Amino acid sequence: MVLAVETYSFLQTVPLTDFLFGTQWTPLLVPKSYGVLPLLAGTFMIVVGASLVAIPIGVASALFLSEYASDRAKRTLKPILEVLAGIPTVVYGFFALTYVTPLLKTVFPETQVFNAASAAIVVGIMILPMVASLCDDAFRAVPNSLREGAYSLGATSFEVTTRVVFPAGLSGVLAAFVLAISRAIGETMAVTLAAGATPNLTLNPLESIQTMTAYIVQVSLGDTPAGTLAYQTLFAVAAVLFLITLGLNVLANYVLNRFREVYE
Amino acid sequence: MENRVILDIDDVCIRYGEDLAVRNVTLPIYENQITAIIGPSGCGKSTLLRSLNRMNDFIHGCSHTGGIALGDMDIYDPATDPVEIRLRIGMVFQRPNPFPKSIYRNIAWGPTINELKGDMDARVENALRRAALWDEVKDRLSDSALNLSGGQQQRLCIARALAMEPEVILMDEPCSALDPVSTARIEDLLFELKENFTIVIVTHNMQQAARVSQYTAFLETGKLIEFGETEDVFTNPKNERTEEYVTGRFG
Ligand SMILES: Nc1ncnc2c1ncn2[C@@H]1O[C@H](COP(=O)(O)OP(=O)(O)O)[C@@H](O)[C@H]1O
Ligand SMILES: [Mg+2]
Repeated sequence: MVLAVETYSFLQTVPLTDFLFGTQWTPLLVPKSYGVLPLLAGTFMIVVGASLVAIPIGVASALFLSEYASDRAKRTLKPILEVLAGIPTVVYGFFALTYVTPLLKTVFPETQVFNAASAAIVVGIMILPMVASLCDDAFRAVPNSLREGAYSLGATSFEVTTRVVFPAGLSGVLAAFVLAISRAIGETMAVTLAAGATPNLTLNPLESIQTMTAYIVQVSLGDTPAGTLAYQTLFAVAAVLFLITLGLNVLANYVLNRFREVYE
Repeated sequence: MENRVILDIDDVCIRYGEDLAVRNVTLPIYENQITAIIGPSGCGKSTLLRSLNRMNDFIHGCSHTGGIALGDMDIYDPATDPVEIRLRIGMVFQRPNPFPKSIYRNIAWGPTINELKGDMDARVENALRRAALWDEVKDRLSDSALNLSGGQQQRLCIARALAMEPEVILMDEPCSALDPVSTARIEDLLFELKENFTIVIVTHNMQQAARVSQYTAFLETGKLIEFGETEDVFTNPKNERTEEYVTGRFG
C-alpha cells in the first residue's frame, strides 16, 4: 500500500519522534521542520468547535422534531435542513470570512482575519443537518409503547423526552457524533478559506491554523515534485489521519456496544 | 350493590375524527372490585379504558364528550392536570413495555420522577412482592429488565404501576401476549391486588373475565350492551346479544 511505503521512506529521513512530537511544521520553508503537532492541534480545534456547535443544536432539534413538532412544523423544518445540507462547502467558507469572522471581531477584537473559531462554527453549521437527521431517526425508532408507559406513570412530556426517549436513542446519537467528527476532520474547503493555512501550535481559536486535510490539499495542488521529502510528508500526514479515523471508529463501536440501551 | 363507586363514567362518547368509537357509555366502577370489559375486537374496549386516565390525549384527532369522575376529581375538566390523574390511575398495557433499564430502575422510575417520599429500596421490594416477582428477581435487581421472560416482564410492568400506589389500575388485555402458565400467575395476582386496588381489565377472553372479575361490562360497536355482576352477566344475561357472545356464538 502506497501510504505505508511512502510513509516508511519519509520516516527514514525524519525520525518518528521528531514527526510526532515536533512543534514546528514547515516542510516547504527554510528552515525545514517536520513536527505534525500543529496540524493535529488545528484539526482538533475544528473538530471540537464544530461538535460543540452541531451536537447540542442537532440533538435538541431532533428531539423537538420527533417529540414536539406538529406535522406542519415538520414539513417546514425538514426541507430547511435539507437545503442547509446541500449548500456547497465553499459557500460556507465565504460565509465564515465575510460574516462570522467580523462578528467574532466585534466580540473579541484580537480575532485574526483567518481563525479557527469561525471555521469551526461554519463546519458545525455544515454538519448540523446530518446530526439532526440521524438523531431524529434514532429518536423516532424508540417505540411508542415506552412513551406511553412513561406517561402512564405520571411523567410530563419533558420527562418522557429527556429520560426515556433520549437515553433510548443514545446509541443513535453516538453514531451521529462519530460521523459528525469524521466529517469535521475531513472538511477542507471551508476550513482553508476561514482558518487560513498557517500551521500553528496553538489552542487559541482566534488564531489562524491549518488542519491535516487542508495541508494535504495545499501540497497536492502546489508544484511539489514527486519523490521529494516534501512530497512524502503528504503520505505521512495522510497516514496519521487514517489512524485517527480508524481509532475513532473502533472507539465508537466499543462505546455503542457498551452503552446501547436495547429495546425490542 | 352496596359497593362504593370510585370511577363514575357518565354518557361518554369518544370519536376518532368523525368515527364514533364509544357511544354514550354510562358505567360505574366499584372500589376494590375487579371490573372486566369484554366484547368483540374493535368494539371500543381499549378506547374506553384509555379514556379513564386520558391516554387518548396523545392520539391525534381523538375527541371526547361526557364526564368521568374519580371521587371528586373531574378527569375531563380542562383544569385537571393529567399527571395528577395518572398518579391515581395506573395502567398496564397489552404488550409488556419495560424500559430498557435495570429491573430496579424500572420500578423506581415513576416514584423518582414524581418525587414520592419514603425509602426507595423498600418501595421497590414491596411492589415486586405484590406482583409476585420478588423471589424470581431479588438476586438480580440490577439486570436489564429485557432479560426477563415475557410473563416476568408483564409482572414487572404491574409492579411498576403498583410502586406508584395508585387507587385504580387499568389493564388492557394484559395476558394476550403471554403463555397459559404466565396468564394463570397474573390471574392469581389480580385476586390479591383487589384487596388494595380497584382494577379495570379489558379482555376478549371470556373465561378470564368470568374467573377474575366481580363486575362485567359487555360492549358491542361502541355501545354498552350490558353491565352487572359477573355471575349474572354470564349465567343469566338480560340481553340476547350478551347471551350469544358469552356462550360463544359470535365474537
Ligand atoms: N388510533 C386510532 N385512530 C383511529 N381509529 C382508531 C384508533 N384506535 C382505535 N380506532 C378505532 O376505534 C374502534 C375501537 O378500537 P379499540 O378501542 O382499539 O377496540 P378494542 O380494544 O375493543 O379492540 C375501532 O373501530 C378502531 O378501528
Ligand atoms: Mg384493544
